Amino acid sequence: MIRFAAIRLVEIAVMLVLMSFVIYALIGLMPGDPIDLMRSGDPHMTAEDAARLKAVYGVDRPLGERYFAWAGEALAGKLGYSRLFAAPVGATLLPRLGNSLLLMGASFGIAFGLALALGIGAARVPNSRFDAAVNLFCFAGVSLPTFWLALILILVFAAGLGWLPASGIATAGAGGFADRLHYLVLPVATLSLASVGGYTRYVRAAMREALAQDHIRTARAKGASEARVVFRHALRSALVPVATVLALSFGGLVSGALVTETMFAYPGMGKLVFDAVMGNDYNLALAALLLATATTMAANLAADLAYAWLDPRVSYR
Amino acid sequence: MNGPARWPLLLLGAIAAAALAGGFAERFFHVSPDEVDLLERLAVPSWQHPLGTDELGRDVMLRLMQGGRISLAIGIAAAIAAAAVGTAVGLAAGYLGGWTDRVLMRATDAVIALPLLPLLIILAALDLGKLGLPAAITQSQEISLMRIVALAVLIGWTTAARLVRGAALVTRNRDFVRAARSLGAGVPHILIWHILPNVAGPLIVATTLSVGEIILLESVLSFLGLGIQPPLASWGSMLSNAQELVTAAPLLAIYPGLMIFLTVIACNLLGDALQRRYDPGRL
Repeated sequence: MIRFAAIRLVEIAVMLVLMSFVIYALIGLMPGDPIDLMRSGDPHMTAEDAARLKAVYGVDRPLGERYFAWAGEALAGKLGYSRLFAAPVGATLLPRLGNSLLLMGASFGIAFGLALALGIGAARVPNSRFDAAVNLFCFAGVSLPTFWLALILILVFAAGLGWLPASGIATAGAGGFADRLHYLVLPVATLSLASVGGYTRYVRAAMREALAQDHIRTARAKGASEARVVFRHALRSALVPVATVLALSFGGLVSGALVTETMFAYPGMGKLVFDAVMGNDYNLALAALLLATATTMAANLAADLAYAWLDPRVSYR
Repeated sequence: MNGPARWPLLLLGAIAAAALAGGFAERFFHVSPDEVDLLERLAVPSWQHPLGTDELGRDVMLRLMQGGRISLAIGIAAAIAAAAVGTAVGLAAGYLGGWTDRVLMRATDAVIALPLLPLLIILAALDLGKLGLPAAITQSQEISLMRIVALAVLIGWTTAARLVRGAALVTRNRDFVRAARSLGAGVPHILIWHILPNVAGPLIVATTLSVGEIILLESVLSFLGLGIQPPLASWGSMLSNAQELVTAAPLLAIYPGLMIFLTVIACNLLGDALQRRYDPGRL
């Protein structure tokens, strides 16, 4: 098991190096380069200025050379400056990472709680009307375009009823927990609604399988209460596959809410990745994307380890 | 077809029929989804414009039909292309085994383990001119269509590859395959006539489900301004345009989203119904 985890960690490191080069090369293939962008924003800049700046920043050097220069700095812990935010990359990333974790954590908790209730409820009465309704709800959830759901929620609750703010993270000048919460409601509602369907389907399938097993009949036969049968006996084995799905979904924590964050102008990692990529901000985009890749792969590893840890029949050599 | 597949099939058929009817209307009644009428901007529904007009006075219904043709064409074409690529990879990995298998499956795992949306955004924004493609290609109207199909294939082939590899591993040592081999059948013959039919059911289910996923992906990229480019319109790009006017003309944003939702849920329900039919044992 430790050997398995060690090998996977080495693989993750190799993948990250590969990805850093691929991302570096791809960003270079996007329209324009940073100096061209500067030039279009400043009419006083001449062609000679641009050429000199390109030489200063090394934009005119070949790709391989630039990549190794960047990689050397990055390995020494110097991630460079963000051009868009005119601040060090680390200082730009960290607060946004916190914002994203808050948003994703809250949505995840709500979606998972709801999924447990619906999934267990539906699995207890298979093929009933309730089961069919939950099934349809799940399909609706996974089929909804997230950005459209966000748009409708903004239309109804922000533009129409005026109950909730449509974008941002806090009222300027005001502060405090209640204010933050107020701004979180719509993005959290969007993300939870978008993910609850998928989770519910996993919980329902796992619970149905668990409830059909022999030890459940034994538990019923010896007179255990229904609550005990469902929560102690069935849920425990059902949680094994569910836990791996949960671990996998942690992989999306960093950039998973890209669309929702962009819709609500919520300053999190997803919006940051989008802005950095679209704004040709090399240093920022690379750091953010590599962080997203590392989190996703770590989550995959966690899912595999959780599976082996929770289910003694699974072993990795 | 009856049973649970009936309703999603009818719904999909109706959407496809409406999308095609728009094409006929354009040809025979000389109307166009691109016809601008600045005096009739944001008009309410009338006999002439059953769903009203958009911010440039274009007929919303005709545009929805055109968007439907593009979204459905992308979804179906990309799903089939991804299934074909995945099948080829899966057959090679499962039947040949050894190093081929190991390398191909590593590649599959790697694609699955990536944060896809940010990468897709970079790929969708790439300047194809910098890759050395001729301007005749990079500036053609269909390039945004081709690009979305290519992106969907790039991330979509893994499902089919895993399914087909699994089936190839199981069937390659079954008696009927050994019999075929001992009768002198070549590798392509065995793969196509003995291995593929055994995985056809799950493959069809996965492809049906992926049509919905690809339509969602197309709509997200178009919504972010990276997908279908004007003058072509898809449901996603219509939504992107409507977003700016969402408080003044909310219906412009509601229609295309509703069409995406109905199409995707129909694909998902159809895939689910087919799954029950091919594999009734699974929940």
